[in-house]
Amino acid sequence: MSKIYSDAESALAGLTFDGMMVMSGGFGLCGIAENLIAALRGSGVTGLTVISNNAGIDGFGLGQLLETRQIKKMISSYVGENKEFERQYLGGELELEFNPQGTLAERIRAGGAGIPGFYTKTGVGTLIAEGKEHKAFKNSDGEMETYILETGLKADLSIIKAWKGDAAGNLIFKATARNFSPMMAMGGKVTVAEVDEIVPIGTLDPNFIHTPGVFVQRIIEAKCEKRIENLTLRERSA
Amino acid sequence: MSSERIGWTRDQMAARAAKELQDGFYVNLGIGIPTLVANHIPDGVDVTLQSENGMLGMGPFPFEGEEDADLINAGKQTITTLPKSSFFDSATSFAMIRGGHIDLSILGAMEVSENGDIANWMIPGKMVKGMGGAMDLVAGVKRCIALFDHTNKRGESKFLKACTLPLTGQNCIDMIITDLAVFEFDKTQKRFKLIELASSVSLDVLKSKTEATVIYD
Repeated sequence: MSKIYSDAESALAGLTFDGMMVMSGGFGLCGIAENLIAALRGSGVTGLTVISNNAGIDGFGLGQLLETRQIKKMISSYVGENKEFERQYLGGELELEFNPQGTLAERIRAGGAGIPGFYTKTGVGTLIAEGKEHKAFKNSDGEMETYILETGLKADLSIIKAWKGDAAGNLIFKATARNFSPMMAMGGKVTVAEVDEIVPIGTLDPNFIHTPGVFVQRIIEAKCEKRIENLTLRERSA
Repeated sequence: MSSERIGWTRDQMAARAAKELQDGFYVNLGIGIPTLVANHIPDGVDVTLQSENGMLGMGPFPFEGEEDADLINAGKQTITTLPKSSFFDSATSFAMIRGGHIDLSILGAMEVSENGDIANWMIPGKMVKGMGGAMDLVAGVKRCIALFDHTNKRGESKFLKACTLPLTGQNCIDMIITDLAVFEFDKTQKRFKLIELASSVSLDVLKSKTEATVIYD
């Protein structure tokens, strides 16, 4: 059975509903599923809870869903590049749950791996630890150390971006565009991937597949704008 | 009153921090002044830079025309690879960080307290940005150096008895490098000890600009 869909709209057909939880891959604007985000906006779905490391920038990436007020709540580690986000949040129009970046990655991984919770020392003694179970474990030096309980995360839908994929849903990612997407592929009840290139089955070397096809239900080939957030160059010496 | 600058420049602070790098170290550099440390890695010292968005062996910024939108660092700057580079997902990246596999983290700070607490992620009601990977870094990396200006714009100490801002981590800073001085945390006395004054900074000036209780001798 081929998992290939013709475009972003058809790939999301039947998957969206108001109040749903969505995981969206990417770090900043690197490795975001641009076409699927646009299709989610076009679907008109509202009341979204979006799990994503960042919230895009004004007018691009998840910023497009903030503009239209389709997002009710964000679960993120860093949202510093988005004025509209800050305005909606400080105005009480948007809920926000900050997670340390490593805790967020592990919560997504755990959710998809069937692990309901785990203990971590990240955030002990900070606002993040408030209201969470604390437990002491022996560290590698034999001393007791305090950890907090964090829970696994699951989503109704994950939208991710990969470099190459095939009809079986196998994916490989390029460079640092991988970031959260492999865990989100596991954490979504349904995962839709958009890729730069769909290749024939058998083209991808099984030794080098990053995300095995079992985690991906639908796949599209789509062109991305791939905006650079912070172009930084080195001078050529004369 | 003289407005003449005393102490180290940002570049000199970064150069001082670079002296803490050891051959073979895996190092994570934070955004801001810590990023400049990469320009001062001593000759003969081979360090591997980790970027928490999923890369080991970060190379220099690209030449114009060679930038790749899929290849960035944690500050979202375009970067390049080195022959030894590797890429991985965010869970693996933070397994390195939380699991104690990274030797050194150099990060910026808004406040550090005399017992080694650090605050660098939010100002309530004012700045809503988030902690990114900072809480994981201070909790998991073997050694953490806070690199920051000793005082704020009003000339008040940022090295305090207790942090006033929400914490990033507790008892986690091993060394402080500011524009005025270097302090090492003494684990037995549970206080920082002055180990170096910046050029042109007197002990009296340092004391007048430091709220924290510090071992000066």
